[in-house]
Amino acid sequence: MNLLADGGSTVAVLPPSGAGRRRRGIGWAARLEIAALSGPAIIVFLTFVIFPVAMAAYYGFFSWKGYGRPTDFIGLRNYVVIFQDGLFIDALKHNAVIVVLSLVMQGPVAIGLALLLNKKMRGKSVIRVLIFVPYVISEVIVGTSWSLMLQTSGAVNDLLKSIGLGGFAHDWLSDPKIAIWSLMIIISWKYIGFAVLLFLAGLQGIPVELHEAAAIDGASYWQIQRRITLPLLGPTVRIWAFLSIIGSLQLFDLVYIIWGQYIASTAGTSTMATYMVGNGRNSGNFGYGNAVAVVLFVISLVIALVYQRFVLRRDTEGALTEGKK
Amino acid sequence: MAATTLDAPTHGSRTHKDAPKHDWGSPTIYFIALLLVATMLAPVVYIILGGFRTNAQITNSPAGLPAPWVFSNYLNVLKGGVFWQEVVNSTITAVATTIGVVVLGLMASYVLARYRFRGRGAMYTLFAAGLMFPMTVAITPLYLMIKNLGLVNTLPGLILPQIAFALPVTIIILVPFLRAIPDEIEEAASIDGCSRLGFFFRMVVPLSVPGVVTVGILAFIGSWNSYLLPLFVLNNEASYTLPLGVQAFASQYSVDTAKVLAFTSLSMIPALVFFSLFERRIVGGLTGAVKG
Repeated sequence: MNLLADGGSTVAVLPPSGAGRRRRGIGWAARLEIAALSGPAIIVFLTFVIFPVAMAAYYGFFSWKGYGRPTDFIGLRNYVVIFQDGLFIDALKHNAVIVVLSLVMQGPVAIGLALLLNKKMRGKSVIRVLIFVPYVISEVIVGTSWSLMLQTSGAVNDLLKSIGLGGFAHDWLSDPKIAIWSLMIIISWKYIGFAVLLFLAGLQGIPVELHEAAAIDGASYWQIQRRITLPLLGPTVRIWAFLSIIGSLQLFDLVYIIWGQYIASTAGTSTMATYMVGNGRNSGNFGYGNAVAVVLFVISLVIALVYQRFVLRRDTEGALTEGKK
Repeated sequence: MAATTLDAPTHGSRTHKDAPKHDWGSPTIYFIALLLVATMLAPVVYIILGGFRTNAQITNSPAGLPAPWVFSNYLNVLKGGVFWQEVVNSTITAVATTIGVVVLGLMASYVLARYRFRGRGAMYTLFAAGLMFPMTVAITPLYLMIKNLGLVNTLPGLILPQIAFALPVTIIILVPFLRAIPDEIEEAASIDGCSRLGFFFRMVVPLSVPGVVTVGILAFIGSWNSYLLPLFVLNNEASYTLPLGVQAFASQYSVDTAKVLAFTSLSMIPALVFFSLFERRIVGGLTGAVKG
């Protein structure tokens, strides 16, 4: 999946097509085929992805309520307001915390689980299906059920009391000191299945012969995992981290469903996306909402480019030598 | 002796029987696995069991088991028209999205994987860059565009953007798949008088089934669970999909927790069934993509 994150230099990654194709050249018939086959996808993609994104950048320069054409051009004032609004800065900080905690909380556990599920054991396939259950059910269901369970009079506090840990009962959702951790637990629970899925797929790509050779040389299970499996899983882990970072920056559904736009900022769980919806569309300030979207996009883009430049770069180089399979 | 070592069964058993401890593994592993499964399932079990309780039971003992079991919550939801209307809306949207993504994605991936032309790299970069444009960023202009097209409160208003936003992942997973089809097959087909389009329909489509299943499932589940887009596009209850329906139901019956839990657990069944049927395929399809 190194192709996936390789925005800039994809041309280099695409290997040349086989020689068999070259000799046919590219006549008008081939051109017609190319246009007919790729045309629909390109049109749909440009219309519903690229065009709206471009329009977001345009609308962001206007004070605009969403009726008629935007006429009230205000230059960069929306952007000035965004960065002067304490609520946005808070949301940005929450996003940063979520990015870091997602990596720290999910990464090691998911690697451990993937190693576990890659071992020979009975019932493995059943477990594999079961741990993906949270990933498959919708954010709305996850949000609704967790907020019911985490209420002050909910199942979690009841369970703690019944096993004699009543002292640990908390107001999990509205206490600003705790709410972000509740959110992190819900996020980890929901998305760890995806990390495990990716890592399992990555583990399938590691040749068994390497493990066998190391075992013959007398390496223990843990030595093999540390010296062979983990380094070879590196590229997959770095791709997962990339997807996780982008996902954390864009986080919207869970926060909006559990906390709503107002409580999220007092509970300390608001994100840039909930701020965008709350202060844009929900308050009728479409110009402002689009400016927030642009800020969100630029932040994601810069982080993505830096990550590609310094972290994923070596994977693309390594992929040519190592991943011929 | 030599004959036995070369025997196929002996060879095969090397991985299975040689080290018996691998066959069952240590109890610790099973303990961890059990703990894991319990953690992952507890909230889901809570929702399902909660639907079988009364509100009084839930208030008195939020974490308790149904005693006695009550079926009226589930039956009421199943008898009401709202749930089925939303199931139909969600199904139409998810199926149409999946078909659209697979058809458009497969055709474009085929061009990217097996044609050689100027602008191929640019086209691939265009789609790959789409991963950087999540729907969150585009949602407001997207909503305005859908409004101008007159698609508010209609399912096409969901389906078209969902297809567009699912294309990048689809193409990135499918291109390596299609490129892996050996040139020899194409040459053989061409010698047998098969045109390149004929090759696409007769050879490429069948051979890419594993990749197609992976992207199809991802698109289906993504559409089934999608929340942000329906939140913007649908504001009429008759056109709600299940996620919006669950939320509307939860706020409408906020005092009737048991009914909310019943509604919620019924609405997650289709995605779960779909996923458990095809889980193996998804891991298989991603394996190809991760290896690049």
